[in-house]
Amino acid sequence: MRNHPLVQLTLARAREFYREPEAVFWVFGFPVVLAFALGIAFRNQGPDTLHVGVARGPGDSSVAAVIDRSPTLAARVLDSSEAQGALRAGRIGLLVLPGDSLTYRFDTTRAESRLARLEVDDLLQRARGRRDFTVVRDERITTPGSRYIDFLIPGLLGMNLMGSGLWGVGFAVVTARSKKLLKRFMATPMRKSDYLLAFILSRLMFLILEIAALVGFGWVMFGVGVRGSIGALATITVLGSLSFAGLGLLVASRARTVEAVSGLANLVMLPMWLLSGTFFSYARFPEAMLPFVRALPLTALNDSLRGVMIEGASLASLASPLAVVTIWGVASFGVALQIFRWR
Amino acid sequence: MPAIHCRDLIKRYGDVVAVAGLDLTVEAGECFGLLGPNGAGKTTCIEILEGLTVPDSGAVEVLGRSWADGSGARALRERLGIQLQETQMADKLTVEETILLFRSFYRRSHSVDEVLGLVELEEKRRARISTLSGGQKQRLSVACALVSRPDLLFLDEPTTGLDPQSRRQLWDVVSRFRAAGGTVLLTTHYMEEAERLCDRVAIMDRGRIIAQGAPSALIATLGAEHIVEFALAAGAPVPGADELGRLPGVRAVRPGPDRTALTVSEVHRAVPALLALVEQRGAELSMLATHHATLEDVFMSLTGRQLRDA
Repeated sequence: MRNHPLVQLTLARAREFYREPEAVFWVFGFPVVLAFALGIAFRNQGPDTLHVGVARGPGDSSVAAVIDRSPTLAARVLDSSEAQGALRAGRIGLLVLPGDSLTYRFDTTRAESRLARLEVDDLLQRARGRRDFTVVRDERITTPGSRYIDFLIPGLLGMNLMGSGLWGVGFAVVTARSKKLLKRFMATPMRKSDYLLAFILSRLMFLILEIAALVGFGWVMFGVGVRGSIGALATITVLGSLSFAGLGLLVASRARTVEAVSGLANLVMLPMWLLSGTFFSYARFPEAMLPFVRALPLTALNDSLRGVMIEGASLASLASPLAVVTIWGVASFGVALQIFRWR
Repeated sequence: MPAIHCRDLIKRYGDVVAVAGLDLTVEAGECFGLLGPNGAGKTTCIEILEGLTVPDSGAVEVLGRSWADGSGARALRERLGIQLQETQMADKLTVEETILLFRSFYRRSHSVDEVLGLVELEEKRRARISTLSGGQKQRLSVACALVSRPDLLFLDEPTTGLDPQSRRQLWDVVSRFRAAGGTVLLTTHYMEEAERLCDRVAIMDRGRIIAQGAPSALIATLGAEHIVEFALAAGAPVPGADELGRLPGVRAVRPGPDRTALTVSEVHRAVPALLALVEQRGAELSMLATHHATLEDVFMSLTGRQLRDA
């Protein structure tokens, strides 16, 4: 058993990987660092303080005092020239010109300026005697699953599966080819299918660790859970991993140098980094682009992962994105085998 | 049945004819050397015989089988040991892991201990390949070829770039394999290596075999066993070839850019005569050397070029 070529080839792959500290960092460390940094940067905190300027003039300090009473607003009295600069630079979102009638100066395209205008106006109107007709009560909630980190972790998982598939398979194949090791293997009775299968097996071995690292980190650090079944998550990641291993093989099928395969892999991955909704929802792209975006393997994989992790979707309900992932894998594997340069 | 038999091999790369009609027979149990300068077509030739390169035309039979026979090809590979010129094994693996990997491809094989003993790398068993010297890497490469207990071993420039000690260690490996009854086909551009290891050699130049036979027989074709080389000081004119050729014991004269070489049957007669001639001309020797004739001299007499820089 231990002497089976498939076992030995897989072991060799695994050893070459874990003895390369840089590769281990990019596969395991980097996504965790990224998740940590982005999770901290975009953590759900109390609303930001909105800065409001009050132009110097009669009654400026009383207006500023009223505004300052709100916990989410901070007012400063400014000279008119200073005020213009602050407004332009975004240090204040809104400038109030005090007097019997009030003037609000702000940029209507900035959401926080519009928000500041509403809040300031509300406070000042009330201070001048406006009455509310209805009693309202605010209820503040934070729903797990709706935070940015909940959106991010499945995306990072998808991106990681793509990266380790393309780099892991692509680099290893091309390195072996450029060192004439592939040709040396061809001089033995080794079966080509064993060689390729070993890549798949070693990918699957590390896949478990990749998922454990990222999902475990998200869970411990940010409480990101998996709503759907673990079985469904496992199925999707295996499918995604195989699909990208196929793409990695395709990218590596002809290249003779590591530089060439790096270029090709980046060419394949770049559009997906941008379009496939890893860091932000692809729904922001124009409607006309969406069919193309959804046809990308990483988009389909991210959608499936989010479906299971955030919405608790079943595999059956994710049939169409999973079909996209599968088709990419089968097609690239098939083409790669046809055009593969074995020496 | 010969171990290797090929006829009319031709291989072109674009306009370049790498192998231009080659016939070769290697008998079972012998060590056969393909000898020639870089670019003579040795590697293309050996890779055709190894079934790694498909010739444009010609017939190849190795251990009685043809590479064109699809299902037979894998069975044939089981019986071959192949070392390629440029293979670099994976740096991150150890010697033992690499041998285990190659071993797994074969049905019958040596154990790791046995094969490490054959190439004397026992103490490097757990060393990463990145830490091996050039000679050790080359012995590992040969170990990976020997692990299949081959009947026929192909070695492509096995000692190129190695220091003399590593070279001798590799020669010992080949000799032990021969002693155990194996057949070897090797390429080299070192004369000494061919003379030391090979029962027969074929001298290749520009894709063709220009001479073939036992090293001693090829040297005998020079008609004399010694080479006398000399040069004159301060650009004095060298005596003409016909004049030198008339000296006692001289069989052939090869003028060269920096020295003149005489093929000589009796050194004890030729050298005094040469010295007398030089003195009579009032010239002075700046260099005089004699050596036993080698395959290098055979190559030079056939092509007019030196092997190393041809």
